[in-house]
Amino acid sequence: MSEQSEASTPTVTGAQSLVKSLESAGVDTIFGIPGGAILPAYDPLMDSTQIRHILVRHEQAGGHAAQGYAAATGRVGVCMATSGPGATNLVTPLADAHMDSVPLVAVTGQVGASMIGTDAFQEADIRGITMPITKHNFLVTDPADIPVKIAEAFHIASTGRPGPVLVDIAKSALQASTTFRWPTELNLPGYRPVTRPHGKQIREAVKLILESRKPVLYVGGGVIRSGASRELRLLAEFTGMPVVTTLMALGAFPDSHPQHMGMPGMHGTVAAVAALQKSDLIISLGARFDDRVTGNLDSFAPHAKVIHADIDPAEIGKNRPVDVPIVGDAREVIDELLALLTSQADAGHTGDYEGWVAFLSGVKGRYPLGYDAPPDGALAPQYVLERLSDIAGPDSVYCSGVGQHQMWSAHYVQYEHPRTWINSGGLGTMGFSVPAAMGAKVGRPDATVWSIDGDGCFQMTNQELATCAIEGIPIKVAVVNNESLGMVRQWQSLFYEGRYSNTDLHSKRIPDFVKLADAYGCVGLSCETPDQVDATIEKAMEINDVPVVVDFRVHRDAMVWPMVAAGSSNDDIKYARDLAPTFDEDDL
Amino acid sequence: MSDKHTLSVLVENKPGVLARIAALFSRRGYNIDSLAVGPTEHPEISRMTIVVDVETSPMEQVVKQLNKLVEVIKIVELDPTNSVNRELVMVKVRADAETRGQVLDTVQLFRAKVIDVAPDAVTIQITGNSGKIADFLRVLEPYGIRELVQSGMVAIGRGSRSITERTARPVPVPVPAAG
Repeated sequence: MSEQSEASTPTVTGAQSLVKSLESAGVDTIFGIPGGAILPAYDPLMDSTQIRHILVRHEQAGGHAAQGYAAATGRVGVCMATSGPGATNLVTPLADAHMDSVPLVAVTGQVGASMIGTDAFQEADIRGITMPITKHNFLVTDPADIPVKIAEAFHIASTGRPGPVLVDIAKSALQASTTFRWPTELNLPGYRPVTRPHGKQIREAVKLILESRKPVLYVGGGVIRSGASRELRLLAEFTGMPVVTTLMALGAFPDSHPQHMGMPGMHGTVAAVAALQKSDLIISLGARFDDRVTGNLDSFAPHAKVIHADIDPAEIGKNRPVDVPIVGDAREVIDELLALLTSQADAGHTGDYEGWVAFLSGVKGRYPLGYDAPPDGALAPQYVLERLSDIAGPDSVYCSGVGQHQMWSAHYVQYEHPRTWINSGGLGTMGFSVPAAMGAKVGRPDATVWSIDGDGCFQMTNQELATCAIEGIPIKVAVVNNESLGMVRQWQSLFYEGRYSNTDLHSKRIPDFVKLADAYGCVGLSCETPDQVDATIEKAMEINDVPVVVDFRVHRDAMVWPMVAAGSSNDDIKYARDLAPTFDEDDL
Repeated sequence: MSDKHTLSVLVENKPGVLARIAALFSRRGYNIDSLAVGPTEHPEISRMTIVVDVETSPMEQVVKQLNKLVEVIKIVELDPTNSVNRELVMVKVRADAETRGQVLDTVQLFRAKVIDVAPDAVTIQITGNSGKIADFLRVLEPYGIRELVQSGMVAIGRGSRSITERTARPVPVPVPAAG
């Protein structure tokens, strides 16, 4: 360090250096809970005018809130916790963010450097614990390293394939004296994500696209993370190719678009599953051929060649062999594909997919999403979500938990814009919804944010209603209350002869969600019949000063259809129980 | 032809890197046959030689997954026909007045080295590729192997090209913009 900069750099504590670093990284919100080891950081944090710290009720919720914030805004979400149990409570959100490529920085306190390894009070090796579930992590014991490690953490979390980065800082480093200097460059010799696709691969891909007769754009969450929705639409409309969007990609392409065949996979639409199964060319953009999409891999899309574009080279060819691999950012890949396809079209070379699109549109028309009205006038969960979608509209943000309500939200809410659908796709974390909605609302305070939750999920993280009420974060929660662990119950119905082992939650009796909402300073509403649905949702939409919880008491035997049983071939999709779709192959 | 692959992995010389790599192999279900780590001519870079026993297609995944680790700088799979590899073994063999002569003959034959002697045993050091070492141990076996320690394999490409020279310079990355 030069004498000049030393003279101009006042002495600060490591904790002050941390807060200055977070400010320099552009942080405006942290979700966290203080505790012994991180306590020094909370003192200067109190004086920060840039950073709002939101005191959550459980560190897991802090992590999911940071995810919701990140997913809704595209910025890096930040959470903070103390050592030991505070840090281990972040394990689930870190794993979740890792699976779903959410940019996240978690800052944890660690016991003093001299105590590390002694099994000190509230000591846990969180760096070791989170190695396989973070994109990267650091242990900082030297206060001079704090700015560099924070800068590296934000850079790694937000570039390439986004992901969570944990920075574990020893209490001794927070307390020690140091100087603060925000770095001007970072040295990460092993970290060089490729965003620009290789021209040769683009040419190969375009050749396949023009040769194919039955191509499909298989769109994954990478398109949302990279902000490529506009480009995707241009590509789809220019070529006329059909589109399917995975659970992670809902909103990347408008649901209302005629080329949209829906969501593929275990609970995908018949048209989307057919679009992949019967395709001769899959163009995968930021998707990863997850088992929930492919079903049995050996029989997945047997006649399709594959163009696989992803920013993470390790995803390419991991599950399905690839004909044209493209490493790059989804937006740049789509831009380059479109540029070359345009010049090919100018030279008279275009693909002809009309018959294929007509076939798929026919399937889409014959097998729309649908459900039977429950007997005795009971409330259908699907109806609740249809009405919620209509009334709250496509500009609202919807966050779901995991299970049946998640699939119904995917099916019956119409998504028109990216970043309006936030869920836990890869890890499948129950309890994700309420804290994620809280984070999304903080990131986008002007948007209406609905948490669509199951009664099982809701009971895992609803303590955050207190945070929402106190911090002025007026989310709306739709509890789809079927008084059971519904998806597990559905599997028990289908595969365990209706033996409902430990899936009955009795949530129509205990707890009383309306009273619970009231106790948390929220408005609680209840809805039991179809004719009350609109009025209840409209009432919830009118309340914007406090959080609202609506207990939709739905029919408990409703099931999610279509369905491909786990491990089965996508060809064996059931449109409804004991009802397989038939494809008129002559249409092709 | 076995499915053994030899990887030279250049990593940043930082604490925890070995744990990260070992954990990756374990988590993804790949078996490490042998692993050796040590410094290189650049103090900030360590070099690992990892022998993996997998088929070609999972091998690609191994390399890609390793490349995702931020502290991994470069991975080179060494071509067995165009590289040299060595292991080191120290072995304590029973050798009394009667058998010592024969043991020492074997040592000579394999160009190994005696590094310690006791009245009823000798300790021998041998370096070589795994075939030579296996042969050596097979010959010694009848005398009675009392203790054995073996290093991981180290390997280097033949010729004048270096895999480290172009990686020694860290690449600067801009800091995320504040605000």
